[in-house]
Amino acid sequence: MKKIINRFLKSSLLITLLFGSFYISSIAKAAVPESKDPIKVVIMGYSGDNIIMQIYGELISKLGYNVEYTPADYIGQFAGLKSGDLHIGSPGWDTTAKDVMADAWGSGTVLNMGNIGISVFEDWWYPLYVKDKCPGLPNWEALLDAECAKSLATAETSPNGRFLEGPIEWGGTGGLRIEALGLPIEVINAGSDAALGADIVAAVKRKEPILAWTWQPYWLPAMYPGEFVAWPEYGDGCYDDASWGPNPDKTHDCGNPTGYMWKSAWAGGESIWPKAYDVWKKFTLDEKTMGDLVYKSDIDGVDTMDVAKGWIADNESLWSEWLK
Amino acid sequence: MNIRNNIFFLSLIFIIFLYFISNTFFSWITEFPDILKIPIAKYITIFIKWLIEDADLGLFTFKQLTRGIGSLLDAPSLFLKGLLATGFKFEMTNGNSFYFPPLSWISIIFVFVTTAIWLKDYTLTFFVAISLLYVAFFDLWESTMTTFSSIIVAVIIGIIIGTLLGILSYKSKTLNNILTPTFDFMQTMPVFAYLVPALMLFGYGPAAALVVTLIYAMPPMARVTKNALDQVNSEIVELGKMVGCSTMQMLYRILLPSIRPRMMLGVNQVIMLTLNMVIIASMIGAGGLGYNVWQSLKQLRIGQGFEAGIAITLVAIILDRLSQKIATRRPVYHEQKTKFFQKNIYLIIIFLFIIITWLCGNWYSFFYNIPENMTVSSGRFWDGIIDYININYHGPIRLVRDFFYIYLLKPLKSFMISIPWFVVVLLVFTIGLRIQGLALGLKCSILVLFIAMSGFWEKAMISVYLIGICVLLANLIGIPIGIIAASNDRVHRITQVIIDTFQTLPAFVYLIPVIMIFSVGDFSAMIAVVLYAIVPAIRYTDNGIRQVSSSYLEAAKSNGCTKFQILRRVQLPLSLPDIMLGVNQTLMMGLSMLIITALVGTRDLGQETLIALSKVDPGRGLTAGICVAFIAIIVDRLINAWSQKRKKELGLTTSIS
Repeated sequence: MKKIINRFLKSSLLITLLFGSFYISSIAKAAVPESKDPIKVVIMGYSGDNIIMQIYGELISKLGYNVEYTPADYIGQFAGLKSGDLHIGSPGWDTTAKDVMADAWGSGTVLNMGNIGISVFEDWWYPLYVKDKCPGLPNWEALLDAECAKSLATAETSPNGRFLEGPIEWGGTGGLRIEALGLPIEVINAGSDAALGADIVAAVKRKEPILAWTWQPYWLPAMYPGEFVAWPEYGDGCYDDASWGPNPDKTHDCGNPTGYMWKSAWAGGESIWPKAYDVWKKFTLDEKTMGDLVYKSDIDGVDTMDVAKGWIADNESLWSEWLK
Repeated sequence: MNIRNNIFFLSLIFIIFLYFISNTFFSWITEFPDILKIPIAKYITIFIKWLIEDADLGLFTFKQLTRGIGSLLDAPSLFLKGLLATGFKFEMTNGNSFYFPPLSWISIIFVFVTTAIWLKDYTLTFFVAISLLYVAFFDLWESTMTTFSSIIVAVIIGIIIGTLLGILSYKSKTLNNILTPTFDFMQTMPVFAYLVPALMLFGYGPAAALVVTLIYAMPPMARVTKNALDQVNSEIVELGKMVGCSTMQMLYRILLPSIRPRMMLGVNQVIMLTLNMVIIASMIGAGGLGYNVWQSLKQLRIGQGFEAGIAITLVAIILDRLSQKIATRRPVYHEQKTKFFQKNIYLIIIFLFIIITWLCGNWYSFFYNIPENMTVSSGRFWDGIIDYININYHGPIRLVRDFFYIYLLKPLKSFMISIPWFVVVLLVFTIGLRIQGLALGLKCSILVLFIAMSGFWEKAMISVYLIGICVLLANLIGIPIGIIAASNDRVHRITQVIIDTFQTLPAFVYLIPVIMIFSVGDFSAMIAVVLYAIVPAIRYTDNGIRQVSSSYLEAAKSNGCTKFQILRRVQLPLSLPDIMLGVNQTLMMGLSMLIITALVGTRDLGQETLIALSKVDPGRGLTAGICVAFIAIIVDRLINAWSQKRKKELGLTTSIS
């Protein structure tokens, strides 16, 4: 009997200690929001976004903040921003993350910190040599030609041409556009951005005709000469109103809207690091600068952190305004 | 016996008949009726959201509990990371900060090399030295140390929990019955399926990565421990009882020491599986070598990705070989009079060396950071090879690929999608019934029913088609190689190195070059999976044939059999159960590669988990994951049951591999 009581006491003590330590460590984390807490700045891995975040990170380091660059996924980061695991988000693009951003801003836990000032463009892209097989490009009507479609075909889509789109979760509208404009083309989704890039680059290297999804600013269209297909220009109503555009019966009979890169941040952080948030609100860059910086890192092979530091060194008059 | 066979074949014919008439007569056989579909995914998402946002345990919310556990788990790996890779930064209240640099890379290499020397294995010493110097001079040191610190924590926790669970399931039959299917789940559910809930519960960072890694890597330890305990020689147990051991003493002094060699197999598997998870862990904030691989491949710097991948493999091999050697060491006994100084001389030298180099680091930064101009990279070289193959051999490559696609992949895919769900349920039931009995048949067909009800039927069929064909190919190629390796020692040594590399080299590393050469599509996915799944096919066949008792071989030889006859009539039939186990493992590995195929661009269950990840929809991911686990369980049970039956018929049941 004594043995059983003994054992019981021992194990309950152990359990209490265990739970106690869980509780304390969770409370401890929540009760110390002083400003030396590291600010988690999201790093996605794309050179352009990396450079932006690293410029910002280095600037607030100058102010004395403790910056922690945290790797995260483009769409997945919004979940982290909502819950406060990530603090300063990597810019979201209107062209692919509009819904996710709207959802995040609407939830009240993520702040819209404004437009970075860089317009972005994403659409169907082809390397220049494709024009040999499809005369008439960049006009989209060149794609209606059966011979052109055949030159773009693969075993999976034959005799239709193949349009290589990004991962399904990016919400591409390729299928809808094909239906609306009656193109002899089929959509194949790459499973990841890496797969997409690999396929395009490999095709370009062996001079194989390819039609694929690409965006600017990005190293791919900067490195390999190519053009975007020219569609009927986007207007409000294209996506909801069938009567809009060349096809009176279907929606999505137009190109992509252009958009901007938007800054986001975790709402809770504003009271913890108010100055850092203020700097983020004021942060802007233009397309030309972005293009030059991306070129330096992707074509010239300079490390993104060095590119960021170089920009900071050359542009003190610009950023000192943000830090005021 | 004959009657059973006849009934079996009759049922098969009936099922085939059903397949052909299903389109015309019963539409509910082909399309699972929508009314009966249960939105399981939705319910799970609602449950998890409730768990995270609202569940309250009185003193604290559920989320606080898990976050608390998370920070506890974070602590050791953060400490190790600071010690080995990044150093410690302390903020003082007056605004100053203290920086303690990490241990010098020279001293860490020294520690490892000295350990290998202490173990008296000089080949290992050489290997360790070369690998670590490679890591240092190819600019991968900090990443490797980060990876190393998270792996160590994961492996140690995995071993402890695994052993505990193994012991518990040895002692309690009910617990064993609960744990076995749980382990099946943990090992076959695609990681991305439970990644979202883990992130929501534990936050972005090493804790979530640790939890996810543990779920995947811990089961082998538990299984091996239980298995080994089951096989402990009863005489040893009796000895313990005779000397009057208490339960604890029996455990610590008798049972565990006697199964130590077998437990090392578990440790090896934990290490290997943990390293498999390194890339996924880096995607959710663990950093390290996985991050290097992922980033390089994203920017199509294949060579750099390859270098980081090789570093992962080297770390795996070093940890594995060192732990094996340490565990199988015979204890050293000193004479009574040896001083402390002499007994622990190795430790003392290491300790002094660490302190000295750490101090030197304050003056000469060389000691803790290799300067940029001394590092090299072979990246361009590998990129060049891929480009060369891509540009020059494209014609024949495309022919092969298109041929495969048009005549094999596409028709098989359409066939699999067209099979009515009801037919599959009946088929699985009949096979289970024939092999073992009603219980097996019912169990398996219920699992199939679940998949149909979940709404993921078509995706599941595509997964089955893809993995099915990969498993077939992997075995068609792997088993013959295994047979050759079994009879030829030289081939055996070469294949050992190759399969060890393929098991630990992250699939991402060869996935991107494969896509560059073969383009996005099922064919590339197939190649990636086959390369990974072929490993168990070779390993188990090789092993199985080598294990055939020599007395059988002698009997055959003395009867005048030729070598080929021995192979065909003695070795293969006797090693069939092992080969079947290899087939089973090929399937498990193939299924775990579903994530990888999703990243290429297939439209199956793996992709559902990817979509769930980006839409932060835990229910969708978990349901798709459960379907994958069920497919694995069904095929595993059927093959296992058949294999057991065969073993009994061959009189091999007493020896369990």
